[in-house]
Amino acid sequence: MIAVEDLTVTFRSGGRSVHAVQGISFEVADGETFGIVGESGSGKSTVLRAIAGLVPSTSKVLEVNGRPAARRRSRAERRLLQFVFQDPYASLHPRQTVDDILREPLQIHRVGGVDEKVQAAIADVGLLPIHRFRYPHQLSGGQRQRVAIARALILNPPILLLDEPTSALDVSIQAEILNLLAKLRQSYSLTSILVSHDLAVVAHLCNRIAIMQLGKLVEIISAADLRAGTVTADYTRDLIAASRGFTRASA
Amino acid sequence: MSTALGQWLMSEAPTSRRQAILGNTYRGVRSIVTNPTAFVGLMIVALLVLSAVFAPWLSLGKSPLDQDLAGRLAAPSAAHWFGTDELGRDIFSRTLYGARVTLTIVFLVSVVVAPIGLIVGTLAGYLGGWVDVVLMRITDIFLAFPRLILALAFAAALGPGIENAVIAISLTAWPPYARIARSETMAIARSDFIQAVVLQGASTRRILFRHIVPLCLSSVIVRLTLDMAGIILTAAGLGFLGLGAQPPTAEWGAMVSSGRDVILDQWWVATIPGMAIFIVSLGFNLLGDGLRDVFDPKST
Repeated sequence: MIAVEDLTVTFRSGGRSVHAVQGISFEVADGETFGIVGESGSGKSTVLRAIAGLVPSTSKVLEVNGRPAARRRSRAERRLLQFVFQDPYASLHPRQTVDDILREPLQIHRVGGVDEKVQAAIADVGLLPIHRFRYPHQLSGGQRQRVAIARALILNPPILLLDEPTSALDVSIQAEILNLLAKLRQSYSLTSILVSHDLAVVAHLCNRIAIMQLGKLVEIISAADLRAGTVTADYTRDLIAASRGFTRASA
Repeated sequence: MSTALGQWLMSEAPTSRRQAILGNTYRGVRSIVTNPTAFVGLMIVALLVLSAVFAPWLSLGKSPLDQDLAGRLAAPSAAHWFGTDELGRDIFSRTLYGARVTLTIVFLVSVVVAPIGLIVGTLAGYLGGWVDVVLMRITDIFLAFPRLILALAFAAALGPGIENAVIAISLTAWPPYARIARSETMAIARSDFIQAVVLQGASTRRILFRHIVPLCLSSVIVRLTLDMAGIILTAAGLGFLGLGAQPPTAEWGAMVSSGRDVILDQWWVATIPGMAIFIVSLGFNLLGDGLRDVFDPKST
């Protein structure tokens, strides 16, 4: 479904260049949920943005839905892949109602039956019809993230990219959103890539997990390996230990 | 206003597109009306509009052009509330009709300046690269012209008149709007909600006009309102120099100019239109200040 080989992203500004992603390769199978974890600045979000075509990248292979993804993507190509951003406070247009936000993708792709599709999308993500004509500032963080998910799914894309979809939310809301994503993955038969710094979240949702450090891929492990702690790289072991948090014995 | 309608408009859970839009507009209007500065400004601007529209009725049938040489330079009285000028024309009705000229200039300049500034600024800010460089250098060139001097040159080249005054003012007034729109666009363009529409496959035109321009609009409107005073003063200045509206059209700047010779003996000839310029400029400034408070993102 998604294939990446030797993906490199370099940002240049004022003569300085930052190698954000250095030669990463992986494949995501149809229907799989693939996780990418790593600390801040490890380049995990950049990988996602490169696949989405939001940042310029170079690679030997970059296939989306089994086809090479061009640098300039057509409207039909865009439709294959949607994105849920980290911060639900920044990802919704402040002057548009939920209704406007959800109608926009349908209008861009000239899809009919707008009213019914918007109603269905609102119901699908667990929002109520009374939320339809509200502005983002009249919604809570969790509700906003639900709107962002509805917007990503309203075109029925085969691929969903999730960039830390819960890290800006309250702990109790995080669980709700994660369960919603797990449910939608089934009903929309999605292939998805989930980026997170939270090992518990990835272990819960993903089949396979890539560990990244400083722009490079450390290893790819299965969720079972992660839960059992059977990993080969030292960095992964450190990451797992860090995620367990402070223990009195080691202090 | 009935409470039921008020509640319907202020509802946090609107049930239709229309209710959501009307409710949002109602909240905006309410915040302008409840802001004292904006309200005073709005009243003055409304007064200007009303006197321009209803000038023939408000002047009680006195034409601004009828001369009465026997009654020239008459002091303010019951017959002529603001007195008469050097040709015996009623200054009260001339001031009312002068509002029409002022309003025409203000309207034409905003209709020209705001769209040009918005388009140039958002294009430069969103596309960046060489488009940005070229558009901003053009903006710099226009910014380098002194407004009044360019207006003088225009009037000299094309002949004096309101249209040419509007062209001259517009040519020098749009660059600040392009700058504002550009800086706002650069901040907005990187935000996630614009990235989201890019990923949906929206065209650049759609992104600019449906997503970026609406967000730049409020600061452009504030700036435009604050600029109105300057535009009115420039127009009056051109009129004073004889390069704006031509006689016998009643225009405040030209009226001040004609009262210049008699300012010590017949003060009202120059003072009354001068007061009109002052009050209207003040009104636009107050309204602009108030609008800035209302549109301030930190207060919403």
